[in-house]
Amino acid sequence: MREILGKDSNLTTPQLTELIDLVKKIHGFDFSDYTKASLKRRLARIMMLKKLSFYDLKHILVNAPAFFQEFLEEITVNVTEMFRDPAFYKALNTQVVPYLSTYQHTKVWCAGCSSGEEVYSLAILLKEEGLGKKSFIYGTDINTEVLKEARKGIYSLRKIKSYAENYLFTGLPGSITDHFTMMYDAAAIHSELKQNTLFSVHNLISDTIFNEFQMISCRNVFIYFETELQERILDLFYKSLCPLGYLCLGNKETIRSDSFRKKFKVINQKENIYQKIGA
Amino acid sequence: MLLLGGSAGSFKLLFRLVKLLPHDFNKTVVIIIHRKKNFFSEIEKLFAENSRMLLREISDKDPIDSNAIYIAPANYHTLIEKKGYFSLDVSEAIWYSKPSIDVTFESAADAFGKSCTAILFSGANQDGAEGLLKLRQSGALTIAQHPEDAEMAEMPNAAISIDGAEYILRTTEIFELLQNGT
Repeated sequence: MREILGKDSNLTTPQLTELIDLVKKIHGFDFSDYTKASLKRRLARIMMLKKLSFYDLKHILVNAPAFFQEFLEEITVNVTEMFRDPAFYKALNTQVVPYLSTYQHTKVWCAGCSSGEEVYSLAILLKEEGLGKKSFIYGTDINTEVLKEARKGIYSLRKIKSYAENYLFTGLPGSITDHFTMMYDAAAIHSELKQNTLFSVHNLISDTIFNEFQMISCRNVFIYFETELQERILDLFYKSLCPLGYLCLGNKETIRSDSFRKKFKVINQKENIYQKIGA
Repeated sequence: MLLLGGSAGSFKLLFRLVKLLPHDFNKTVVIIIHRKKNFFSEIEKLFAENSRMLLREISDKDPIDSNAIYIAPANYHTLIEKKGYFSLDVSEAIWYSKPSIDVTFESAADAFGKSCTAILFSGANQDGAEGLLKLRQSGALTIAQHPEDAEMAEMPNAAISIDGAEYILRTTEIFELLQNGT
């Protein structure tokens, strides 16, 4: 009997493990250290959207290689906003930007950047604070499709409206619309800001260091990872930061491990902004 | 685990409930209440100051304490993990809500099923109804506030209409139940 995933059925834990193993074997992506309840929800969601049973999903993952990109896009959460958590940008502006401005050139890594909203938020902030010409932001994600969106830098007016509200709470002096060219129902980020960004594929789980940064922002990515994996990635970030470089995690993501608490100094407890210390 | 979900019209009631629970209630209490993302409310502070139990806003991977009250943070969904901790998620809003009561209830059903008690209070949309049903199906004790007592009846009504609530209780009955321990 075929089982169709209806609204009130659910993936069982063995089925979840089976899918994780299959994706790892066939596509080389390792989801085994992802947070389980959330991953289960994403899988149930994709099955519902595509009207696939558990067996259909297994079949299509094995036999339709092109489906995997779509799968990846649905499995990873790509909900993001410009200036999400305005208080974070406020803290960044008062506690971190003054230090960044002492560098001749600032390199920022935005890890897990999805469709680019955070990269451009940082670009706007740095520009407004006079660092536009001497900063560069790398945005990375495991998902090639969302990176295409990020490179375009075009967002619907409806979204821009809600981003403008976030911006208002940051206390920045300008206006978000100063940085966009308005089209009929969308807005495109100014090319001047785009020039200071580069988007590329990077997998936090399997890829390594690719540059040295003054600041790394990885917000609302750790929530999808179990603590052991978080620590492995913290190690990657630690090694990718210059001495006294800054690490920004999401609003509700704290560094828990004792060994990393010794390697990072807390700059802002509430916003989870850290600074690399020690050797 | 005691799960309390509410939206419009439930705040005062939840506040009174939090105030009432004794310091040795010896249960995990999880509160999911809808609110706006940039509305810097003092909900957590207000609740914490008036609670005799340890009360905190949930951070990602917080271990679940067996004698504490937890509040789901704004602009995240809160999920309950089998391994005994909370995890957060920023995915799409459900019924225009983040936190969504459905998301937390469904994950609680999956993780702890019959050891849960859940109460759905006043609200102006149907978030929480499906989740309550899932909890009921997994053996949890499920309760909806009597729609006549709810400032906004849509939320308890939605749960009742899909048979998600095992009991429909008056507000006074809910208070009595919690005072006597569930």
